[in-house]
Amino acid sequence: NITDSDPDGRLTVTDKDVKLQEIALAKNEGKELTKEEKQRLRKEKKQHKKNKKDDKGPPEKEKEKEKASVPAPSKPATQSPAHKAAPAPVHASESAAAAEKPAKSKAELRAERRARQDSERTSKQGKKEGGQQSASSKPKATPNELQPVVKRLPEHVQVDDPAALKKLAKKLERQQVPLRSDYGYKVSLFSHLHQYSRKSPPTLQISIPATVIHPSIVRLGLQYSQGIIAGSNARSVALLHTFKQVIQDYSTPPNEELSRDLVNKLSPYISFLSQCRPLSASMGNAIKYIKKEISNIPSQCKEEEAKGKLQACIDSYINEKIILASEAISKYAIEKISDGDVILVYGCSSLVNHILCKAFEKQRKFRVIVVDSRPRLEGREALRRLVKKGIRCTYVLISALSYILPEVSKVFLGAHALLANGYVMSRVGTSQIALVAKAYNVPVLVCCETYKFCERVQTDSFVSNELDDPDDLIVTRNGKSHLENWQTVKSLGLLNLVYDVTPPDFVDLVITDLGMIPCTSVPVVLRVKNVDQ
Amino acid sequence: MEKDTTQKLVEYFRAQIREDPDVASAVAAIRSLLEFLKRDQSETILGLRENMTKAIQRLEETDSSVAVSSGGELFLRFISLTSLEHPDLSQCKNVMIERGELFLKKISLSRGKVGKLCHTFIKDGAKILTHSSSRVVLKVLENAAADNKRFTVYVTESQPDSAGKLMAQKLHNLNIPVTVVLDAAVGYIMEKVDLVIVGAEGVVESGGVINKIGTYQMAVCSKAHNKPFYVVAESFKFVRLYPLNQQDVPDRFKYKADILKTVKDLNQEHPMIDYTPPSLITLLFTDLGVLTPSAVSDELIKLYL
Repeated sequence: NITDSDPDGRLTVTDKDVKLQEIALAKNEGKELTKEEKQRLRKEKKQHKKNKKDDKGPPEKEKEKEKASVPAPSKPATQSPAHKAAPAPVHASESAAAAEKPAKSKAELRAERRARQDSERTSKQGKKEGGQQSASSKPKATPNELQPVVKRLPEHVQVDDPAALKKLAKKLERQQVPLRSDYGYKVSLFSHLHQYSRKSPPTLQISIPATVIHPSIVRLGLQYSQGIIAGSNARSVALLHTFKQVIQDYSTPPNEELSRDLVNKLSPYISFLSQCRPLSASMGNAIKYIKKEISNIPSQCKEEEAKGKLQACIDSYINEKIILASEAISKYAIEKISDGDVILVYGCSSLVNHILCKAFEKQRKFRVIVVDSRPRLEGREALRRLVKKGIRCTYVLISALSYILPEVSKVFLGAHALLANGYVMSRVGTSQIALVAKAYNVPVLVCCETYKFCERVQTDSFVSNELDDPDDLIVTRNGKSHLENWQTVKSLGLLNLVYDVTPPDFVDLVITDLGMIPCTSVPVVLRVKNVDQ
Repeated sequence: MEKDTTQKLVEYFRAQIREDPDVASAVAAIRSLLEFLKRDQSETILGLRENMTKAIQRLEETDSSVAVSSGGELFLRFISLTSLEHPDLSQCKNVMIERGELFLKKISLSRGKVGKLCHTFIKDGAKILTHSSSRVVLKVLENAAADNKRFTVYVTESQPDSAGKLMAQKLHNLNIPVTVVLDAAVGYIMEKVDLVIVGAEGVVESGGVINKIGTYQMAVCSKAHNKPFYVVAESFKFVRLYPLNQQDVPDRFKYKADILKTVKDLNQEHPMIDYTPPSLITLLFTDLGVLTPSAVSDELIKLYL
């Protein structure tokens, strides 16, 4: 069905229509667009934009623009980020070339090739200056770049900015990932964050069987959005296992390199997962590691061998960074637990539970106070695990904290992430516990693996957080739920925060797999780790 | 045979301290360990390491101060790193001895370096408060006096061994005006002084210090009066401990070595040292430079990792 395009690359009107119809049909069926179809879509959109802009412009400019569209079909797919940046510099370099050699086709092609190279170079510089519009804005800015790149705000903290939302919508459309809409009235202080409802997961908008997004990713996304898999370590491990499955089922298309194509394949999956639930810092680091490993696969490596290598990499990552790390942390932490201790824990941290179970096995005599808070009531899970081991436990809600603290000798807290300025990001309520413990002079120990260290800097809990489903706060007691119709009351907002940050002054010690460090030494560890890599 | 060599080691150590009372106990310990290394007869590197570990343990039993323990551990690390590079024993040993001598020379100069760094912080007409007897503080004050600065010093008596009186005598010999105050008078005198300088037996990972009992009290008082609290210590005193509070400091440091061996119930004994948390310390002067307490951990990571 593919008709030949004339030498200038201009398609006739009827061909264009046919192509667009085919593409729309393919999209509706949920089939993955072939590369050619994607390229044609891109080209059409660009021409459309240019035609609109230059309706009033002189005719020479039109000629140049159409010449600029010639490089499009012949460009390889990997230059897609530079592609959208191409129009502006191509104009400038094109005009000179076009003026000198108007009719010769070979010369035109040569000039276009030169222009393409120029545009790539300038687009790389343009990224540095932050002036060019990049085709994709990643949800998490890559912090490990050595060049002084202007850091763009991640999309998930710019929900109240319509331009950012439009960019996100465009990007998701291109990747064929459904866009999830926000739910309910948001408290104004947090209006820059997403607030989703658990009753409408993005999986509803995907056709079954999904061909664009791998089914195990869809399952994982559903598990995240419904809260079936919760907890930093659990989410990372589930993500890595799912990626193993994806790599297993992946087959390199012809004329493509595994190292580049697989990374491009993973991007829509990651967008989908972040629509289901914003990515955690640990997941971000894991994804960075995988992408690095994939792009380091040598091009002469056979597919089966490469896949096997990647699977082994993922296995070793899980083993080293999570399982062995928790063994090392338990070893250090047990030194800090002495007989007769009364230890306070908050919520359910897999690491802290592991430490306490190990200490109990080593015959240390201690008892535990589990502090819990609504609406998640995760402390009940921790309580169940500890009691099963045989540890003596007490259970209180966080409102009784100042009542119980005089009895406590140590506080053990888990962490979701450790920020570069020494702040600890953890479940909401953690900073409250640290504050009150400080007031009572009780030492606060935070246990965190090094793979959760991130280079972000935050001093308050507002700038970057997660808003959970506000309907979770509705309580049904004696058959009555008073907040059931909270949406009808215009001045009422329900706020269900997930994380908060604790300043390093309240934390006495951080136990990591590298040893015991003060909170302020996190950047040193990050530096040492970067040197290792 | 083993007992013999370790006995000789202890004697050598004690002789060092007797001959040169001004030498830091850690330096004496490292010198003795180096001598032990030279005389060691083991056939394998592993055997050598084992002997060294036993020797360090023996030394710690003799003198239970934190400094000896940290000096010993640093020396051991030095050795382990060398053994990775040279698998041949005799070559390895020669390199170790060479490095040991270098290490020893470096740390013998560290007290001078600290003195040079710190004396500039003492202004003309300053009133200084110090605790017990520290050779490093003495060196600092010596340097300041040599710089023609006029200052007065208050020293606490520092019971139970009245070490403060010894310090006062030494300062008197340097013609520095000095007053001895009671340990209980620290709060009383704090409003008169401009700064507090103390030595340290050990600097821990958190940036806090372990020093003669009474230091913590002085730190709390100086914080309440907003007076700067300076600690002077050489870098070989950095130790890989992380106490959370006073209780968390291991018993083997708190009491003198002979008491640990003879007494059954330690609760009846008075501890000789206490722990000052990093929040109360303004600056630490070391031969690695002038550090804030949070920078100590960075330096320790560099030293040990």
